[in-house]
Amino acid sequence: MKHLLGIEGTTREELEGILDDADGFVEVLDRSIPKVPALRGKTVATVFFEPSTRTRLSFERAAKALSADTMSFSPGTSSLSKGESLKDTVLTLEAMGSDLMVIRHKAVGAARRVADWTSVPIVNGGDGAHQHPTQALLDALTIRRHFGKLEGLDIAIVGDIRHSRVARSNVLAFAALGARVTCVAPRTLLPVTMDGWPAVASGSLDEVIGEVDVVYLLRVQRERGGASVFPSLPEYVERYGLTRERFERLRPEAIVMHPGPMNRGVEIGDDVADDPRSQVLDQVRMGVAVRMAVLYRLLGGELDE
Amino acid sequence: MRQVMEAGDVGRAVRRIAHEIVERNRGVGDVVLVGIHTRGVPLAERLAAVLSELEDVEVPVGVLDIALYRDDVGMRPTPVVGETSIPVEIDDRVVVLVDDVLFTGRTVRAALDSLTDLGRPRRVELAVLVDRGHRELPIRADYVGKNLPTSTTERVAVRVVEVDGSDGVSIEEAG
Repeated sequence: MKHLLGIEGTTREELEGILDDADGFVEVLDRSIPKVPALRGKTVATVFFEPSTRTRLSFERAAKALSADTMSFSPGTSSLSKGESLKDTVLTLEAMGSDLMVIRHKAVGAARRVADWTSVPIVNGGDGAHQHPTQALLDALTIRRHFGKLEGLDIAIVGDIRHSRVARSNVLAFAALGARVTCVAPRTLLPVTMDGWPAVASGSLDEVIGEVDVVYLLRVQRERGGASVFPSLPEYVERYGLTRERFERLRPEAIVMHPGPMNRGVEIGDDVADDPRSQVLDQVRMGVAVRMAVLYRLLGGELDE
Repeated sequence: MRQVMEAGDVGRAVRRIAHEIVERNRGVGDVVLVGIHTRGVPLAERLAAVLSELEDVEVPVGVLDIALYRDDVGMRPTPVVGETSIPVEIDDRVVVLVDDVLFTGRTVRAALDSLTDLGRPRRVELAVLVDRGHRELPIRADYVGKNLPTSTTERVAVRVVEVDGSDGVSIEEAG
Protein backbone atom coordinates (compact mmCIF):
# COMPACT_ATOMS: atom_id res chain seq x y z
CA MET A 1 0.00 0.00 0.00
CA LYS A 2 1.71 3.19 -1.20
CA HIS A 3 -1.21 5.65 -0.91
CA LEU A 4 -4.67 5.73 0.63
CA LEU A 5 -6.78 7.35 -2.08
CA GLY A 6 -10.12 5.64 -1.52
CA ILE A 7 -11.80 2.57 -0.16
CA GLU A 8 -12.21 1.25 -3.70
CA GLY A 9 -9.04 -0.59 -4.63
CA THR A 10 -8.37 -1.47 -1.00
CA THR A 11 -8.73 -5.14 -0.13
CA ARG A 12 -10.60 -6.51 2.86
CA GLU A 13 -7.26 -7.76 4.23
CA GLU A 14 -5.78 -4.26 4.01
CA LEU A 15 -8.83 -2.73 5.69
CA GLU A 16 -8.72 -5.29 8.49
CA GLY A 17 -4.96 -4.86 8.85
CA ILE A 18 -5.41 -1.12 9.37
CA LEU A 19 -8.20 -1.71 11.91
CA ASP A 20 -6.04 -4.27 13.76
CA ASP A 21 -3.19 -1.76 14.01
CA ALA A 22 -5.67 0.94 15.07
CA ASP A 23 -6.75 -1.25 18.00
CA GLY A 24 -3.14 -1.08 19.18
CA PHE A 25 -3.11 2.70 18.80
CA VAL A 26 -6.31 3.07 20.83
CA GLU A 27 -4.33 1.49 23.65
CA VAL A 28 -1.40 3.87 23.05
CA LEU A 29 -3.77 6.87 23.27
CA ASP A 30 -5.04 5.61 26.64
CA ARG A 31 -1.57 5.62 28.18
CA SER A 32 -0.46 8.31 30.61
CA ILE A 33 2.12 9.30 27.99
CA PRO A 34 0.10 8.88 24.79
CA LYS A 35 3.03 9.13 22.42
CA VAL A 36 5.38 6.66 20.75
CA PRO A 37 8.55 7.37 18.77
CA ALA A 38 7.61 5.30 15.70
CA LEU A 39 7.73 8.12 13.10
CA ARG A 40 10.40 10.33 14.64
CA GLY A 41 11.99 12.54 11.99
CA LYS A 42 9.10 12.21 9.52
CA THR A 43 7.05 15.21 8.45
CA VAL A 44 3.35 15.01 7.66
CA ALA A 45 1.82 17.89 5.67
CA THR A 46 -1.91 18.57 5.79
CA VAL A 47 -2.87 20.29 2.55
CA PHE A 48 -6.49 21.35 2.81
CA PHE A 49 -8.07 23.39 0.03
CA GLU A 50 -11.48 23.08 1.67
CA PRO A 51 -12.34 24.18 5.17
CA SER A 52 -12.01 21.46 7.79
CA THR A 53 -11.34 21.52 11.46
CA ARG A 54 -11.79 18.05 12.82
CA THR A 55 -10.15 16.08 10.02
CA ARG A 56 -7.09 18.29 9.98
CA LEU A 57 -6.77 18.37 13.76
CA SER A 58 -7.24 14.63 13.91
CA PHE A 59 -4.43 14.01 11.40
CA GLU A 60 -2.16 16.42 13.25
CA ARG A 61 -2.91 14.77 16.57
CA ALA A 62 -2.23 11.34 15.03
CA ALA A 63 1.07 12.50 13.52
CA LYS A 64 2.22 14.02 16.81
CA ALA A 65 1.28 10.91 18.81
CA LEU A 66 3.66 9.05 16.50
CA SER A 67 6.36 11.71 17.07
CA ALA A 68 6.18 12.99 13.48
CA ASP A 69 6.37 16.71 12.74
CA THR A 70 3.49 18.46 10.99
CA MET A 71 3.16 21.21 8.41
CA SER A 72 -0.11 22.76 7.57
CA PHE A 73 -1.28 24.44 4.39
CA SER A 74 -4.54 26.29 3.90
CA PRO A 75 -5.51 28.42 0.93
CA GLY A 76 -6.62 31.47 2.88
CA THR A 77 -3.07 32.29 3.94
CA SER A 78 -1.19 31.05 0.91
CA SER A 79 0.01 31.83 -2.59
CA LEU A 80 -3.15 30.27 -3.98
CA SER A 81 -4.53 33.77 -3.90
CA LYS A 82 -1.57 34.65 -6.14
CA GLY A 83 -2.61 31.95 -8.60
CA GLU A 84 -0.22 29.13 -7.73
CA SER A 85 -1.49 25.83 -9.10
CA LEU A 86 -2.27 22.70 -7.09
CA LYS A 87 0.70 21.00 -8.72
CA ASP A 88 3.18 23.72 -7.81
CA THR A 89 1.82 23.82 -4.28
CA VAL A 90 2.35 20.12 -3.61
CA LEU A 91 5.75 20.07 -5.33
CA THR A 92 6.79 22.97 -3.12
CA LEU A 93 5.66 21.15 0.00
CA GLU A 94 7.50 18.03 -1.13
CA ALA A 95 10.68 20.05 -1.71
CA MET A 96 10.34 21.44 1.82
CA GLY A 97 10.61 17.92 3.15
CA SER A 98 7.11 16.52 3.51
CA ASP A 99 7.28 12.74 3.80
CA LEU A 100 3.51 12.31 3.41
CA MET A 101 0.68 14.62 2.39
CA VAL A 102 -2.94 14.57 3.39
CA ILE A 103 -4.94 16.25 0.61
CA ARG A 104 -8.43 17.67 0.82
CA HIS A 105 -9.81 19.32 -2.31
CA LYS A 106 -13.22 20.01 -3.78
CA ALA A 107 -12.34 18.36 -7.10
CA VAL A 108 -13.06 14.66 -7.48
CA GLY A 109 -9.80 12.76 -8.03
CA ALA A 110 -7.56 15.54 -6.72
CA ALA A 111 -5.65 13.22 -4.37
CA ARG A 112 -5.06 10.75 -7.20
CA ARG A 113 -3.69 13.49 -9.44
CA VAL A 114 -1.36 14.64 -6.68
CA ALA A 115 -0.15 11.06 -6.23
CA ASP A 116 0.95 11.08 -9.89
CA TRP A 117 2.94 14.28 -9.45
CA THR A 118 4.85 13.51 -6.27
CA SER A 119 6.88 10.62 -4.97
CA VAL A 120 5.59 10.76 -1.38
CA PRO A 121 2.62 8.78 -0.03
CA ILE A 122 -0.72 10.60 -0.39
CA VAL A 123 -3.73 10.23 1.87
CA ASN A 124 -7.05 11.41 0.52
CA GLY A 125 -8.59 13.62 3.20
CA GLY A 126 -11.73 14.08 1.10
CA ASP A 127 -12.12 14.85 -2.61
CA GLY A 128 -15.39 16.52 -3.55
CA ALA A 129 -18.34 14.12 -3.34
CA HIS A 130 -16.06 11.17 -4.11
CA GLN A 131 -14.20 9.56 -1.18
CA HIS A 132 -13.15 10.15 2.41
CA PRO A 133 -11.41 6.90 3.27
CA THR A 134 -10.18 7.67 6.79
CA GLN A 135 -13.73 8.60 7.79
CA ALA A 136 -14.92 5.18 6.59
CA LEU A 137 -12.08 3.48 8.49
CA LEU A 138 -12.78 5.30 11.74
CA ASP A 139 -16.47 4.50 11.46
CA ALA A 140 -15.69 0.83 10.76
CA LEU A 141 -13.36 0.81 13.78
CA THR A 142 -16.03 2.36 16.01
CA ILE A 143 -18.56 -0.27 14.96
CA ARG A 144 -16.07 -3.12 15.20
CA ARG A 145 -15.03 -2.15 18.71
CA HIS A 146 -18.68 -1.82 19.76
CA PHE A 147 -20.07 -5.03 18.25
CA GLY A 148 -16.83 -7.00 17.86
CA LYS A 149 -17.33 -7.30 14.09
CA LEU A 150 -19.15 -5.86 11.08
CA GLU A 151 -19.98 -9.20 9.49
CA GLY A 152 -23.76 -9.69 9.41
CA LEU A 153 -24.71 -6.30 10.88
CA ASP A 154 -27.46 -4.18 9.33
CA ILE A 155 -26.45 -0.56 8.82
CA ALA A 156 -28.64 2.28 7.58
CA ILE A 157 -26.96 5.41 6.16
CA VAL A 158 -29.44 8.26 6.18
CA GLY A 159 -29.35 11.57 4.36
CA ASP A 160 -27.77 13.17 1.32
CA ILE A 161 -26.22 10.02 -0.14
CA ARG A 162 -25.80 11.54 -3.59
CA HIS A 163 -23.50 14.40 -2.62
CA SER A 164 -21.71 12.68 0.26
CA ARG A 165 -18.16 11.35 0.07
CA VAL A 166 -18.71 9.92 3.52
CA ALA A 167 -21.63 7.82 2.25
CA ARG A 168 -19.69 6.63 -0.78
CA SER A 169 -16.65 5.56 1.26
CA ASN A 170 -18.63 4.10 4.13
CA VAL A 171 -20.91 1.98 1.95
CA LEU A 172 -17.85 0.44 0.28
CA ALA A 173 -16.00 -0.16 3.56
CA PHE A 174 -18.98 -1.52 5.50
CA ALA A 175 -19.94 -3.86 2.65
CA ALA A 176 -16.35 -5.02 2.17
CA LEU A 177 -16.24 -5.94 5.86
CA GLY A 178 -19.43 -7.99 5.58
CA ALA A 179 -22.24 -5.65 6.71
CA ARG A 180 -25.56 -5.17 4.89
CA VAL A 181 -26.05 -1.51 4.05
CA THR A 182 -29.27 0.38 3.31
CA CYS A 183 -29.12 3.93 1.95
CA VAL A 184 -32.10 5.92 3.17
CA ALA A 185 -32.95 9.22 1.45
CA PRO A 186 -35.53 10.99 -0.66
CA ARG A 187 -35.17 10.12 -4.34
CA THR A 188 -33.51 13.45 -5.13
CA LEU A 189 -30.72 12.72 -2.64
CA LEU A 190 -30.05 9.13 -3.73
CA PRO A 191 -27.52 8.41 -6.50
CA VAL A 192 -29.00 8.40 -9.98
CA THR A 193 -28.33 4.68 -10.06
CA MET A 194 -27.33 2.24 -7.32
CA ASP A 195 -25.15 0.33 -9.82
CA GLY A 196 -21.76 -0.16 -8.25
CA TRP A 197 -23.10 0.57 -4.77
CA PRO A 198 -23.04 -2.62 -2.67
CA ALA A 199 -26.19 -1.43 -0.88
CA VAL A 200 -29.94 -1.22 -1.27
CA ALA A 201 -31.94 1.99 -1.30
CA SER A 202 -35.01 2.94 0.68
CA GLY A 203 -37.15 6.06 0.68
CA SER A 204 -38.49 5.57 4.18
CA LEU A 205 -36.56 5.79 7.44
CA ASP A 206 -39.65 4.61 9.33
CA GLU A 207 -39.56 1.30 7.44
CA VAL A 208 -35.96 0.45 8.33
CA ILE A 209 -35.54 2.07 11.74
CA GLY A 210 -36.57 -1.01 13.73
CA GLU A 211 -34.40 -3.41 11.71
CA VAL A 212 -30.89 -1.99 12.01
CA ASP A 213 -27.91 -2.30 14.35
CA VAL A 214 -26.43 1.03 13.32
CA VAL A 215 -28.16 4.17 12.11
CA TYR A 216 -25.61 6.47 10.49
CA LEU A 217 -26.81 10.03 9.96
CA LEU A 218 -25.21 12.25 7.34
CA ARG A 219 -24.90 15.95 7.86
CA VAL A 220 -27.41 18.01 5.92
CA GLN A 221 -24.95 19.86 3.71
CA ARG A 222 -26.57 23.14 2.99
CA GLU A 223 -23.45 24.23 1.05
CA ARG A 224 -23.76 21.38 -1.50
CA GLY A 225 -26.79 20.82 -3.68
CA GLY A 226 -29.03 23.60 -2.53
CA ALA A 227 -32.74 24.18 -2.67
CA SER A 228 -33.31 22.51 -6.04
CA VAL A 229 -32.76 18.97 -4.72
CA PHE A 230 -33.51 19.56 -1.10
CA PRO A 231 -36.89 19.50 0.58
CA SER A 232 -37.57 22.16 3.17
CA LEU A 233 -35.83 21.57 6.53
CA PRO A 234 -39.06 20.90 8.48
CA GLU A 235 -40.06 18.41 5.83
CA TYR A 236 -36.62 16.71 6.03
CA VAL A 237 -36.80 16.46 9.82
CA GLU A 238 -40.32 15.12 9.59
CA ARG A 239 -39.32 12.23 7.29
CA TYR A 240 -35.57 11.65 7.84
CA GLY A 241 -34.54 13.26 11.12
CA LEU A 242 -33.62 10.96 14.00
CA THR A 243 -36.06 12.49 16.43
CA ARG A 244 -36.50 11.20 19.98
CA GLU A 245 -39.69 9.46 18.83
CA ARG A 246 -37.85 7.55 16.06
CA PHE A 247 -34.92 6.87 18.39
CA GLU A 248 -37.29 5.05 20.75
CA ARG A 249 -38.14 2.62 17.95
CA LEU A 250 -34.53 1.50 17.45
CA ARG A 251 -33.53 -1.94 18.69
CA PRO A 252 -32.28 -1.61 22.27
CA GLU A 253 -28.70 -2.56 21.28
CA ALA A 254 -28.58 -0.32 18.20
CA ILE A 255 -26.19 2.64 18.07
CA VAL A 256 -26.31 6.08 16.46
CA MET A 257 -23.43 7.57 14.50
CA HIS A 258 -22.71 10.89 12.82
CA PRO A 259 -19.50 12.10 11.14
CA GLY A 260 -19.87 15.63 12.53
CA PRO A 261 -20.28 18.50 12.63
CA MET A 262 -23.89 17.87 13.66
CA ASN A 263 -26.88 20.04 12.85
CA ARG A 264 -28.72 19.47 16.12
CA GLY A 265 -32.45 19.50 15.60
CA VAL A 266 -32.11 18.69 11.89
CA GLU A 267 -30.70 15.24 11.05
CA ILE A 268 -30.28 14.36 14.72
CA GLY A 269 -32.46 15.35 17.66
CA ASP A 270 -30.75 17.51 20.25
CA ASP A 271 -31.18 15.00 23.08
CA VAL A 272 -30.47 12.01 20.80
CA ALA A 273 -27.05 13.50 20.08
CA ASP A 274 -26.23 13.37 23.80
CA ASP A 275 -27.68 9.91 24.45
CA PRO A 276 -25.21 7.26 25.66
CA ARG A 277 -26.00 5.24 22.54
CA SER A 278 -24.76 8.07 20.35
CA GLN A 279 -21.16 7.21 19.37
CA VAL A 280 -20.23 10.63 18.05
CA LEU A 281 -17.40 11.34 20.49
CA ASP A 282 -16.17 7.78 20.30
CA GLN A 283 -15.94 8.25 16.53
CA VAL A 284 -13.72 11.26 17.11
CA ARG A 285 -11.43 9.22 19.39
CA MET A 286 -11.28 6.37 16.91
CA GLY A 287 -10.42 8.88 14.20
CA VAL A 288 -7.07 9.65 15.81
CA ALA A 289 -6.24 5.96 16.25
CA VAL A 290 -7.18 5.01 12.70
CA ARG A 291 -5.18 7.90 11.24
CA MET A 292 -2.18 6.80 13.31
CA ALA A 293 -2.57 3.35 11.76
CA VAL A 294 -2.72 4.82 8.24
CA LEU A 295 0.31 7.09 8.76
CA TYR A 296 2.27 4.26 10.35
CA ARG A 297 1.44 1.90 7.51
CA LEU A 298 2.36 4.37 4.76
CA LEU A 299 5.50 5.78 6.41
CA GLY A 300 6.68 2.85 8.48
CA GLY A 301 8.42 0.88 5.79
CA GLU A 302 8.45 -0.74 2.41
CA LEU A 303 5.47 -3.01 2.16
CA ASP A 304 4.81 -5.91 -0.18
CA GLU A 305 5.01 -3.94 -3.42
CA MET B 1 19.73 -27.57 11.74
CA ARG B 2 21.30 -28.38 15.09
CA GLN B 3 19.18 -28.94 18.17
CA VAL B 4 20.84 -27.27 21.17
CA MET B 5 18.09 -27.40 23.82
CA GLU B 6 15.42 -30.08 24.17
CA ALA B 7 12.03 -29.51 25.80
CA GLY B 8 13.39 -30.72 29.16
CA ASP B 9 16.33 -28.28 28.94
CA VAL B 10 13.95 -25.37 28.35
CA GLY B 11 11.85 -26.35 31.37
CA ARG B 12 14.92 -26.68 33.63
CA ALA B 13 16.31 -23.33 32.44
CA VAL B 14 13.00 -21.61 33.26
CA ARG B 15 12.96 -23.16 36.73
CA ARG B 16 16.55 -22.13 37.43
CA ILE B 17 15.89 -18.56 36.30
CA ALA B 18 12.83 -18.44 38.59
CA HIS B 19 15.01 -19.50 41.52
CA GLU B 20 17.58 -16.84 40.65
CA ILE B 21 14.88 -14.14 40.50
CA VAL B 22 13.71 -15.09 43.99
CA GLU B 23 17.26 -15.17 45.32
CA ARG B 24 18.37 -11.86 43.85
CA ASN B 25 15.20 -10.00 44.86
CA ARG B 26 14.80 -11.75 48.26
CA GLY B 27 11.31 -12.82 47.35
CA VAL B 28 9.09 -11.60 44.56
CA GLY B 29 6.84 -9.11 46.36
CA ASP B 30 7.70 -6.19 44.08
CA VAL B 31 8.39 -8.15 40.91
CA VAL B 32 6.44 -7.67 37.68
CA LEU B 33 7.28 -9.95 34.77
CA VAL B 34 6.99 -8.32 31.35
CA GLY B 35 7.25 -10.55 28.30
CA ILE B 36 8.41 -9.06 25.02
CA HIS B 37 6.05 -9.94 22.17
CA THR B 38 5.93 -12.75 20.83
CA ARG B 39 7.86 -15.55 22.53
CA GLY B 40 8.82 -13.61 25.62
CA VAL B 41 5.17 -13.68 26.68
CA PRO B 42 4.72 -17.44 27.22
CA LEU B 43 8.15 -17.58 28.85
CA ALA B 44 7.09 -14.84 31.29
CA GLU B 45 3.88 -16.72 32.05
CA ARG B 46 5.86 -19.90 32.79
CA LEU B 47 8.22 -18.01 35.07
CA ALA B 48 5.18 -16.62 36.90
CA ALA B 49 3.78 -20.14 37.34
CA VAL B 50 7.06 -21.40 38.83
CA LEU B 51 7.36 -18.32 41.06
CA SER B 52 3.87 -18.77 42.45
CA GLU B 53 4.74 -22.41 43.17
CA LEU B 54 7.99 -21.41 44.94
CA GLU B 55 6.79 -18.35 46.83
CA ASP B 56 3.03 -18.79 46.95
CA VAL B 57 2.54 -15.32 45.45
CA GLU B 58 0.81 -14.33 42.22
CA VAL B 59 3.37 -12.40 40.18
CA PRO B 60 1.72 -10.06 37.64
CA VAL B 61 2.60 -10.69 33.99
CA GLY B 62 2.51 -7.97 31.34
CA VAL B 63 2.97 -7.91 27.59
CA LEU B 64 5.17 -5.43 25.77
CA ASP B 65 5.06 -4.88 22.01
CA ILE B 66 8.07 -2.86 20.91
CA ALA B 67 7.13 -2.38 17.25
CA LEU B 68 6.56 1.35 17.73
CA TYR B 69 9.92 1.82 19.47
CA ARG B 70 12.16 0.14 16.91
CA ASP B 71 15.13 2.05 15.52
CA ASP B 72 14.73 0.60 12.02
CA VAL B 73 11.27 1.89 11.13
CA GLY B 74 11.28 2.58 7.42
CA MET B 75 14.13 0.16 6.80
CA ARG B 76 12.04 -3.03 6.89
CA PRO B 77 8.39 -3.96 6.45
CA THR B 78 6.26 -2.41 9.19
CA PRO B 79 5.60 -4.97 11.86
CA VAL B 80 2.00 -5.42 12.92
CA VAL B 81 1.18 -3.35 15.99
CA GLY B 82 0.70 -5.82 18.80
CA GLU B 83 -0.77 -5.53 22.23
CA THR B 84 0.91 -3.79 25.14
CA SER B 85 -0.76 -4.36 28.48
CA ILE B 86 0.69 -4.39 31.93
CA PRO B 87 -1.92 -5.16 34.59
CA VAL B 88 -0.29 -3.12 37.37
CA GLU B 89 1.49 0.22 37.72
CA ILE B 90 5.21 -0.38 37.28
CA ASP B 91 6.27 2.65 39.34
CA ASP B 92 8.69 1.61 42.09
CA ARG B 93 8.45 -2.07 41.20
CA VAL B 94 11.13 -4.41 39.90
CA VAL B 95 10.38 -5.16 36.26
CA VAL B 96 11.89 -8.33 34.85
CA LEU B 97 11.86 -8.13 31.06
CA VAL B 98 11.60 -11.57 29.49
CA ASP B 99 12.59 -12.46 25.92
CA ASP B 100 13.56 -15.59 24.08
CA VAL B 101 16.87 -14.57 22.49
CA LEU B 102 19.34 -11.80 23.35
CA PHE B 103 21.29 -10.89 20.20
CA THR B 104 22.12 -7.31 19.14
CA GLY B 105 20.40 -5.75 22.16
CA ARG B 106 18.29 -3.47 19.98
CA THR B 107 15.00 -5.07 20.99
CA VAL B 108 15.89 -4.61 24.66
CA ARG B 109 16.84 -0.96 24.01
CA ALA B 110 13.39 -0.44 22.47
CA ALA B 111 11.73 -2.23 25.38
CA LEU B 112 13.55 0.00 27.89
CA ASP B 113 12.36 3.13 26.08
CA SER B 114 8.83 1.79 26.02
CA LEU B 115 8.93 1.04 29.77
CA THR B 116 10.15 4.58 30.44
CA ASP B 117 6.97 5.90 28.81
CA LEU B 118 4.81 3.58 30.91
CA GLY B 119 6.24 4.42 34.31
CA ARG B 120 9.35 4.53 36.47
CA PRO B 121 10.33 1.12 37.79
CA ARG B 122 12.74 0.95 40.74
CA ARG B 123 14.90 -1.45 38.76
CA VAL B 124 14.70 -3.25 35.44
CA GLU B 125 16.23 -6.69 35.01
CA LEU B 126 16.49 -8.85 31.91
CA ALA B 127 15.85 -12.59 31.62
CA VAL B 128 16.48 -14.44 28.35
CA LEU B 129 16.30 -18.08 27.42
CA VAL B 130 19.30 -17.81 25.09
CA ASP B 131 22.16 -15.31 24.91
CA ARG B 132 23.78 -15.73 21.52
CA GLY B 133 26.27 -12.84 21.73
CA HIS B 134 27.07 -10.22 19.04
CA ARG B 135 25.79 -7.22 20.98
CA GLU B 136 25.58 -3.88 19.18
CA LEU B 137 24.66 -1.92 22.32
CA PRO B 138 25.95 -1.95 25.92
CA ILE B 139 23.26 -4.28 27.24
CA ARG B 140 23.57 -7.50 29.26
CA ALA B 141 21.16 -10.03 30.71
CA ASP B 142 20.72 -10.65 34.44
CA TYR B 143 19.34 -14.16 33.96
CA VAL B 144 20.39 -16.42 31.10
CA GLY B 145 19.00 -19.88 30.32
CA LYS B 146 21.89 -20.81 28.06
CA ASN B 147 24.88 -18.99 26.62
CA LEU B 148 25.11 -20.03 23.01
CA PRO B 149 28.19 -19.09 20.96
CA THR B 150 27.04 -18.47 17.39
CA SER B 151 28.27 -16.86 14.21
CA THR B 152 26.33 -13.86 12.94
CA THR B 153 25.20 -15.76 9.84
CA GLU B 154 23.45 -18.42 11.91
CA ARG B 155 19.84 -18.16 13.00
CA VAL B 156 18.74 -19.18 16.49
CA ALA B 157 15.21 -20.55 16.50
CA VAL B 158 13.41 -20.78 19.83
CA ARG B 159 10.20 -22.80 19.86
CA VAL B 160 7.64 -22.67 22.64
CA VAL B 161 4.58 -24.89 22.97
CA GLU B 162 2.16 -21.96 23.19
CA VAL B 163 3.23 -20.52 19.81
CA ASP B 164 4.99 -23.30 17.92
CA GLY B 165 3.52 -26.53 19.35
CA SER B 166 6.75 -27.74 20.94
CA ASP B 167 9.63 -26.55 23.13
CA GLY B 168 13.22 -26.41 21.96
CA VAL B 169 16.10 -24.33 20.64
CA SER B 170 17.97 -24.99 17.43
CA ILE B 171 20.62 -23.29 15.31
CA GLU B 172 20.08 -22.98 11.58
CA GLU B 173 22.42 -21.77 8.86
CA ALA B 174 20.87 -18.69 7.32
CA GLY B 175 19.67 -19.69 3.88
